[in-house]
Amino acid sequence: MVTAGIDIGAKTVKVVLAEAGRVLGKSLVLAGLDSAAATERAFDQALTAAGLKRDQVGRLMATGTGRKGCHLTAAQITEVGAAARGMTHLLPSCRTVIDVGAEEGRTVRCDGQGKVIDFAFNEKCAAGAGAFAEGMARALEVPLEELGPLALKSQQAVPMNAQCAVFAESEVVTLIHNKTPRADIARAVLDAIASRIISMVRKVGFEKDVALIGGVALNPGFVAAMQRGLELELHVPADPEYVGALGAALAAADAGPTAGRSSGQEAQA
Amino acid sequence: MSEKKEYWRWKEYRWHDESLDWHDAEIISAGVDIGSVSSQAVVMLDGRLYAYSNQRTGYDSPESARKAIDWAMEGTGLTLDRIHYTVGTGYGRVNVPFADKAITEIACHARGGNFMYGPTVRTILDMGGQDCKAIRCDERGKVEAFLMNDKCAAGTGRGMEVFADLLSIPIEKVGELSLSVEEEPEPVSSTCVIFAKSEASALLREGWPKNKVLAAYCAAMAHRVVTLLERIEVKKDFAITGGIAKNSGVVKRLEQELGLESLKSRYDPQIAGAVGAALFAQVLETKRRKG
Repeated sequence: MVTAGIDIGAKTVKVVLAEAGRVLGKSLVLAGLDSAAATERAFDQALTAAGLKRDQVGRLMATGTGRKGCHLTAAQITEVGAAARGMTHLLPSCRTVIDVGAEEGRTVRCDGQGKVIDFAFNEKCAAGAGAFAEGMARALEVPLEELGPLALKSQQAVPMNAQCAVFAESEVVTLIHNKTPRADIARAVLDAIASRIISMVRKVGFEKDVALIGGVALNPGFVAAMQRGLELELHVPADPEYVGALGAALAAADAGPTAGRSSGQEAQA
Repeated sequence: MSEKKEYWRWKEYRWHDESLDWHDAEIISAGVDIGSVSSQAVVMLDGRLYAYSNQRTGYDSPESARKAIDWAMEGTGLTLDRIHYTVGTGYGRVNVPFADKAITEIACHARGGNFMYGPTVRTILDMGGQDCKAIRCDERGKVEAFLMNDKCAAGTGRGMEVFADLLSIPIEKVGELSLSVEEEPEPVSSTCVIFAKSEASALLREGWPKNKVLAAYCAAMAHRVVTLLERIEVKKDFAITGGIAKNSGVVKRLEQELGLESLKSRYDPQIAGAVGAALFAQVLETKRRKG
């Protein structure tokens, strides 16, 4: 049976179509103002990529911050549950999943079956999320995609005193005025996000293997900062931003026949 | 450069009391408050407020300090070498090269609040550019306890500047406009200024008028600050200092949530720290003369 996982995030909507644990098609669309329209588009694009029609999809499941507003299905799985399910599928030895998205950071401990043991998340403050990197890239006047590669060129660690993204922006401007190399500032920014995430990870505790997912995992400077801070090699899957949607698609296949109407087995995780 | 209007930019200004003559003063004292966003200088003649200035802090703190005091003295004929004692305060207090001493802004706000709002003040909320402090003091303006948030822009002037810019509303008009709503909307749910900004943008796109969005933000900001105040336990009388004290939209909602009115002063609430510093300077100069 083909299933669809729909991950409605703060910034983007991701759809993954899967069958028997294999990804058939996927798509990512900016959420914009109308997340229903974005969801439709992402779903259609994923279908096209897979060469499928809507009626060939047996079951759907939604996840992400906007999952409750998903008009295509009432079946849901939490972001935490989806991250664990998706990541243990890709890496069965994974016991800790760190998920950093545009407006939220999460850490999840799970068992070998992808069952959630413990988790923590931050949704209150931009300091531990992609929004922080975005704001600082703007202040540095570099495209977001270049922030990571730029940080990797840094020769020295400079401290960043501000925690708050609003204050950090002024600090970045001051650092630029003081002629601090941009690469060092970029590294300081990514180190700052990493340190917020790491303190959350340490609170919950972690066990190997540890994976890093979410859109911010595409930033090599952030991955390096996380590895430095945790003193640990992290597994970053090929498409880290799709892991939640994949987890939802897999959970849709796991679920019983009534799943399309219930709220999903791990919805309360 | 683009001609983008800077809605956050508030008016800088100076004032002096023309009915006083500094030549008659026994002790001329000064307080300079170098904040992260604004700087104030206050000159006192024998403990009476004589002149002050209020401007934006520049990148260079010593220069900002010098500019603040020079501007306060402008047109009075008074020069720096005639000032007997100067106290620096605020986050840049160690960078006031001409100061005789540096004193924390907590102590100065309590002392200045006591002067500006009278000895009945027991709780002072200082809503500054990049921090927010709840201070409890005694009838002489001595600090008994304080709590401070300097980690997060929610509840600070900087956060309000971000909103003024987002909505293209001059910052001085934010309060009044936010009170012009017919019905009070739900406060924005995000604490974080960055997230509140996205939330506000979404509300605007939904068709909310600007005054309603501002009302929702002012209410959220007031609520955020009330949680800080409740942790220190508010005792009457209550006063608000700092730039946000001039934002009626936040002040009114804050008073409503607390169930308590704040005292008003005929002086600018933004100069409280510098007033306190100048009062300390007056006392220190008196002590110095006694030997």
